[in-house]
Amino acid sequence: MPSQPLGWKIATVAEIRDETSDVKSFSLLVPQWRTHRPGQHVDVRLTAADGYQAQRSYSIASAPGPDGRVDLTVERIAEGEVSPYFHDVLVTGDEVEVRGPIGGYFVWEPSFGGPLLLIAGGSGVVPLMAILRERAGVDAPVSATLMYSSRTWDDVIYRDELEQLAANEDGLRVLHTLTRAQPPGWTGFARRIDRPMLEEALGGIGPQPLTYICGPTLLVEAAANGLVELGVDAGRIRTERFGPTS
Amino acid sequence: MIDERLVLDANAVAGDLEELFGIDLTAVIHRCAHCGNLGPMATLLAYVHGPGTVLRCSVCSDVVVRYVRTPWGTRLDVRGAAELRIELLG
Repeated sequence: MPSQPLGWKIATVAEIRDETSDVKSFSLLVPQWRTHRPGQHVDVRLTAADGYQAQRSYSIASAPGPDGRVDLTVERIAEGEVSPYFHDVLVTGDEVEVRGPIGGYFVWEPSFGGPLLLIAGGSGVVPLMAILRERAGVDAPVSATLMYSSRTWDDVIYRDELEQLAANEDGLRVLHTLTRAQPPGWTGFARRIDRPMLEEALGGIGPQPLTYICGPTLLVEAAANGLVELGVDAGRIRTERFGPTS
Repeated sequence: MIDERLVLDANAVAGDLEELFGIDLTAVIHRCAHCGNLGPMATLLAYVHGPGTVLRCSVCSDVVVRYVRTPWGTRLDVRGAAELRIELLG
């Protein structure tokens, strides 16, 4: 890919959607957008009237498209500087500064193949959703398992879309674990990701999946170390950690 | 005292690194000058809550890269990287 300087651009907010009570998705229109790869992120920069700047990274949720439109999914962090602005201030038609797409490691393209094991904690599901959306759009998609840890059923981001994608019966399996509270009659997992859960995931998809793990650092380390102990080649595992920075 | 839950990885500062180097660095293989570990830059642990940013080896925890941005420019120290394997594009 020819190198193009990574410059700040003015994006326009085209649409805002509620995902959960703490999470919203923002569709941005970015001029001269270099088509992204699933898994990449953008940097967002806010500048106050006095020149003070705050910058954060947000994963791209949408599959690559030709139209310069990218969806970001942003969790509201109560003491944050940038996410409260997104949630409480931004409206359709507003402008924000972005640069990207960024990152060449935590990415997946259909040519990479599979099978895919995607492991998410909380809003760590966002870059993995870009991968699942891209996967769903190709002929004969590789088999995939998403293991997704949320606090409660109401905190599950993209819950309806994940159900629809799994209902396509094209080889996607979604395993939820709810760590804080479970609805009545819950039959899924109800604890933090551990070795038996990883064994369950591998049992359905084979011993050497191409693995992407994104979430809080403790979840990332537990899942990555657990998979290596179960014999997954470390070179097949890509990780991205996020924390409460925004 | 560092709260380990706040530790990120170099994916989080990929934009800053690309701004400095002109290419994506997260997929570039580095060799830690301290322990010799070879791995993608993305796997470096990122400490981003101080005035500057510190990237540490995920194996031995030694400092590989550190930089600080000021209104006048960026100071970058890469002594901890013995080697960067930058592939030719295309």
